[in-house]
Amino acid sequence: MEIIVPILAAAVRSGTPILYATLGEIITEKGGVMNLGLEGLMLLGALSGFAVTSSTGNPWLGVAAAFGIGAFFSLFHAVVCITLGGNQVVSGLALTMLGTGITAILGINYVGETIKGLTKTTIPFLGELPLVGPVFFDHDPLVYISYALVAFMCWFLWRTKTGLNLRAVGDNPRAADSVGLNVAAIRYAATLIGGGVVAVGGAYMSISYSHMWTEGMSAGRGWIAVALVIFAIWHPARAAFGSYLFGGVEACQLRIQAAGTNIPAPILLMLPYILTITVLLVISVKKGKGILFGAPAALGTPFYREER
Amino acid sequence: MRIKRQKRIGQPLWLDLAIPVGGLLMAFLASGIFLIMMGVSPVEAYREMYYSAFGDSYGLSECMVKAIPLAMTAIALMLSFKMLIWNIGAEGQIFMGAIAATAAVRYFPVEGHWTMMTIMGISAIIAGGIWAAFAGYLKARWNVNEIITTLMMNYIAIHLMDYFVYGPWRDPSSLGFPMTAPFPETAKLIPIGWGRVHSGIFIALALILLAWWVFKMTRWGYEIRVIGENPKAATFAGIDYVKNVVVVMFISGAIAGLAGMSEVAGLQGRLQHGFSGGFGYTAIIVAWLSRLNPLAIAIVSFLMGGLLVGGESLQIVMGLPIASTLVVQGCILFFILAGEFFRRYRIVLVKEEI
Repeated sequence: MEIIVPILAAAVRSGTPILYATLGEIITEKGGVMNLGLEGLMLLGALSGFAVTSSTGNPWLGVAAAFGIGAFFSLFHAVVCITLGGNQVVSGLALTMLGTGITAILGINYVGETIKGLTKTTIPFLGELPLVGPVFFDHDPLVYISYALVAFMCWFLWRTKTGLNLRAVGDNPRAADSVGLNVAAIRYAATLIGGGVVAVGGAYMSISYSHMWTEGMSAGRGWIAVALVIFAIWHPARAAFGSYLFGGVEACQLRIQAAGTNIPAPILLMLPYILTITVLLVISVKKGKGILFGAPAALGTPFYREER
Repeated sequence: MRIKRQKRIGQPLWLDLAIPVGGLLMAFLASGIFLIMMGVSPVEAYREMYYSAFGDSYGLSECMVKAIPLAMTAIALMLSFKMLIWNIGAEGQIFMGAIAATAAVRYFPVEGHWTMMTIMGISAIIAGGIWAAFAGYLKARWNVNEIITTLMMNYIAIHLMDYFVYGPWRDPSSLGFPMTAPFPETAKLIPIGWGRVHSGIFIALALILLAWWVFKMTRWGYEIRVIGENPKAATFAGIDYVKNVVVVMFISGAIAGLAGMSEVAGLQGRLQHGFSGGFGYTAIIVAWLSRLNPLAIAIVSFLMGGLLVGGESLQIVMGLPIASTLVVQGCILFFILAGEFFRRYRIVLVKEEI
């Protein structure tokens, strides 16, 4: 028990940035737009969150700034993909390059600096429960917000009219348009909000997790999140499960390294990426060659109302 | 009056030039705003970039040095992109080629230059090819998203290389730097006598011509195009989808692997941490800008080489980080994508009807 609980708690902590990124991408993709720029958005969120926290001393302003920056840069992707009907794969790659480049340049001044950031706040009563308490309710507030976001998205996507509209736009834009929905406007909103949530995941890394900024600190988590969206079959609750699975691998890997083994560090560092491929393979084999259940049917295709 | 978009019926030829040129100009304008934010005069920065890359013979030779791996990798990517298979894993395939070539030097050292080169080349081809074909097989057989698998395999390849250069292959006399011992002379591509340009340039040229011939002249090239345009129709026409995807991905990875070999054997003369400055990703832009045309790839990779050389000189002269070129590259991609819109549509003003 004494060994398991800290690892599970660490799994939740390490899994949270991936969870935010996955949830953000689910929002975007439910509207029918695929955004492969998560890696860039996470870095932009991490740096902007760090910079604002560092200069104002208020981590919540940092989180807000990250959300804003994430939404702002997703706007480029939205214009190219929604208004101009451009290739979504290439546009996402462009966003990743832009985010990686910009943060590498502007981040130089922040390397080596540490901030106060968000700190652990144990939830009364819940935090005192055995096992569940230390694993889930002994973290910083951004972790609790991610739980709320999972619950909110489950309710929003399947229990509200707006959620239904969003799914309609992602599944069948023509039908959505014919009942009077503004497909482009809804897709813009989903892409911008989704991008903002992804960037908050980046901000979690710098504001809550490490309290530092390092160049390229997302280290492929954005891409792992893209894979997790498929693993989660576009469901927020499954996204949480998948994220904590990856968080767990990361936590174990750090512990094995710290314990000192014969396994060289680079080999251990490969584990999350190997796991991603395995997870994706398992889900694809299980679902066969058909369309994945839960996948927005019009994912990745632009919509112009005057064209048939 | 109202602005309306109208689908183009034909595509005028001038657009083929106007879109890339316009996209580049806009990208440099946008990056200029960024440079101003950094407190650097964009005019001065671009002048510095231009003269360091295209100003003298040495600059031009350096552009060529960068163009060699870029052109080879872009050809590799072109093959898979033609089939609408998104191989984003060229970077990893380059690493695997370089690792395999280095392994050949370490474990099968032979006397003759050409024999050594052949063994290194074949090792690189096999390693890069298998690395890519694995993702291709998963895609063709179970529809596993190849963007993610190829990308994940990039990270795996990078860590694998780190394992070797930090571990068993590290040169004991390298003062702790993560690199192998220098290759013997037999395992190096011969310089052609112009700056640092090496004979890898002939491999690149041969690949460009070969790719042009395959797509212009052969039935197989035609099949690849058909699969890309309509996989279902291709299957009905009796084209084996799984086999073709795996074969194309193998060749794609093999060429990228060869580019990796050419870098370590032609330029660095050893395997070292971070030897490829993201060529696998930059080549995506080259392939896309060239609209998957092999002859255009030759020109675009030279120009893109110029951008990289210019970026390096910005780092030395103005102290801007090397990632500045990544910003320009991202902007170029965005604006070219936006420009593609005008290839398909034109904007017309129409009178409001009452």
